[in-house]
Amino acid sequence: MTANLTMGPVLFHWPEQQKRDFWFRIADEAPVDVAYLGEVVCSKRTPFFDHSLEAVAERLQRGGKRVVWSTLAEVVNKLDRKVIESFCGFDEVEANDVSALHYLTGRPHRIGQYLNIYNEETVRHLSNNGATHFCLPVELPMPAAAELAKAVGETGAGVEVQVFGKVSLALSARCYHARAHNRTKDNCQFVCEKDPDGMDLKTHSGKSFLSVNGIQTLSDKYLTLSSELPALEEAGVTAFRLSPHSCDMVQVASAYRQLLDGEISASELDDILDQTSVPAQRMNGFVHGKPGFQYVANQS
Amino acid sequence: MTEPALSRKPELVCPAGTPAALRTAVDAGADAIYCGLANETNARNFAGLNFSADSLAQSIAYAHERNAQVLLAVNSFATAPRTQLWKDSVDIAAELGADAVIVADIGVAAYVAARHPGLRLHLSVQAGASSPEAIRYYCEQFGVKRVVLPRILTVAEISAIHRQIPCEIEAFVFGNIGMMSEGRCSLTNYATGVSTNMHGVCSPASAVQYVSQPDGGTSAELGPFDIDCYSAEQSTGYPTICKGRYTNADRPEPYYAFEEPITLNLSSLLPDLMNAGVTALKIEGRQRSRSYVQMVVSAFRRAVDDISTGQRPDLSGLAQLSEGGKETQGAFKTKKWR
Repeated sequence: MTANLTMGPVLFHWPEQQKRDFWFRIADEAPVDVAYLGEVVCSKRTPFFDHSLEAVAERLQRGGKRVVWSTLAEVVNKLDRKVIESFCGFDEVEANDVSALHYLTGRPHRIGQYLNIYNEETVRHLSNNGATHFCLPVELPMPAAAELAKAVGETGAGVEVQVFGKVSLALSARCYHARAHNRTKDNCQFVCEKDPDGMDLKTHSGKSFLSVNGIQTLSDKYLTLSSELPALEEAGVTAFRLSPHSCDMVQVASAYRQLLDGEISASELDDILDQTSVPAQRMNGFVHGKPGFQYVANQS
Repeated sequence: MTEPALSRKPELVCPAGTPAALRTAVDAGADAIYCGLANETNARNFAGLNFSADSLAQSIAYAHERNAQVLLAVNSFATAPRTQLWKDSVDIAAELGADAVIVADIGVAAYVAARHPGLRLHLSVQAGASSPEAIRYYCEQFGVKRVVLPRILTVAEISAIHRQIPCEIEAFVFGNIGMMSEGRCSLTNYATGVSTNMHGVCSPASAVQYVSQPDGGTSAELGPFDIDCYSAEQSTGYPTICKGRYTNADRPEPYYAFEEPITLNLSSLLPDLMNAGVTALKIEGRQRSRSYVQMVVSAFRRAVDDISTGQRPDLSGLAQLSEGGKETQGAFKTKKWR
C-alpha cells in the first residue's frame, strides 16, 4: 500500500517534558510521514508547550516528517479565539473549528476530524475554498466514507481516517475533569494532567464506558482498524492517523508501517498490538455501521 | 449593528412536533414556529413526530393566516450517499413558502444559497457557531440571516458577539439542555449505532430498557450501558448519556459526571438577553405535548409583552414544567458553570 501514516495531535495534557520527549522520539524513530502539532482540546494548556513547539517542529522536519499545525476544536472565549488566530499564521494548518476557516479560506489548508464533513457538497465547498486534505469524522460508516473519499479524490485532495487510539465522541464548554474534582474550568489547576490517557468513567454495574479529557469525551476503548485498511485505501483513503497515547507509539507506528508495506497481515498487526503496552479494550464498530464501542473480529 | 435597548420586541420562536402542536403554539401567541419533516433531515427525528409535506403545507397556511411564521429545521448533517434527502427537504420548504430553513450542514447551506437564494437561511444551533469568526464565515459564505447560538455562552459574551456579527441572534430561553456542544456529539452512536448528526436522533427509545435490579431498584439502560440506576423509592429518568451517573477512580460513588437532569430556564434573564441584542427567543421541545407547548408559549408570550411595556413578568408557573423540577440558567449567567 502507498498510503501515508500520520501521528495525530496529542490530545491529553502531558507534562511539557513528556510531550517533548514523545515528539523527539517520534521524530527520530517512528515511520510516520506527517505529524500534527498543536493543542486541540483546551487553550489554557497552550502556554505550557509554547516554547517547545519550535524545537519539536524542527526535530520532526529533520526526521523527514511533514509538520501540520492543528487548531482548537472548540472556541468559546477570547483566549480560544486568540490561539486560533495565531495558529492560522503557520504554513500548513488543519482546521478543527469553523472559526479557523474564517482565517484559512482562500489559501491551502487541511480539514480536521472535528469538522462535520458528511457529504460531497460540503467537500466541494471547502475544496473550492482551498482545502487540500480532509480527515473524516470518526463516526462515518464505510459507505459514507467511500462516497466522501471519492468526492475528495475528484478534487485532488487527500483523505485521512483515524485507525488507532481512543476516539473523540463529544466536546463541551464545560470541563468534566474540573467537575470531577469539584472545580470549575477557570479554576481547574490543570487536574487533567493526572490522566495521561484520559479519566475513565464506568457505569453503575462497573462497565467501562467513556473517558474524559477536559472538555472532551472520548471512547474508553481503543480504536484499532487493521483488516479494514485495504478496503479504505481501495475507496480512496490516502492517509491513516494514529492518535497518540502513553503506550509505545513508536512500536504501534512501526507495526502499522509494516502492515501498509505488506510485511505483516492484519491479524499479525493485532497480535503485535496485543503484545505491546496497548490496552486490550478494542473497538471498530463505527466503520462497520455498528455501535461504535463494538469490536467486529478480523475477517482476514 | 447596535440598537437602543428594547427598541424592538423580540420574536418568540416556539416548537411543534405535530400539526396540532403548531396550531396550539400559534394560538398561544408564538411569532414563529419551528418544525421538521418526518425523516432523518432534522435533529428531533423521533417516531410519531414531525410533518409530512402535506401537513406542513396546511400548517404554513394556518400560521400565515394568523401572522405567524413557520421555520423548517433541516438541521441534521446530510450524509453521503443519502445527501439528496436533505436537498429534497430544502426544496419542499421553498416550494411550500416556509419563512426560513434552519440548517447546520455546510453542504446543505451551500445548496440553499445556490438553488434557493430567496429562501431565508438561519444557522442551526447544531452548527455550533460559538465565535464571531465562525458566524461571520457562515454569513459571508451562504448569506445566513440569523444564528441560533449554542447554549454555552454567557449573556455578556452574547452581547459582545452581537456587536461583531452582521446577522440576527436567536437564543434558547427554556427547555431541555444537552451538555455537549451541539452538532459535535457521537455518544448516542457509540452506544446504539444510531447517530445524532447523521440520523437526527439522541438516545433513541428503541435502544432504551428499564431493568429491575435484585434490590428492588431499576437501571435505565441505553444499548448495553446502564446510564443510571434508581432505588425503589426514586422515580426513574430517561437514559440520556450526558445526564447519567458514573464512577471514576477518584469518585467511587456514582455522580453526575456531566450534568444532572435539569431544565434551562432563563425567564429571569429575559431583560438582559433582550438588552444583549437577541432578536428571537427560542423555546426547546418539539417532542413535547400540546399542553406543555400551550403553557410554556403562553407564559413566555405574557412575559415578553410585560417586559416590553416595562412591567415585571410573572413566570412562576414554569417551574412545574421543568425536568425533575430542577432548573438551571446554564452557561448564560456565569462562567462558573463551565
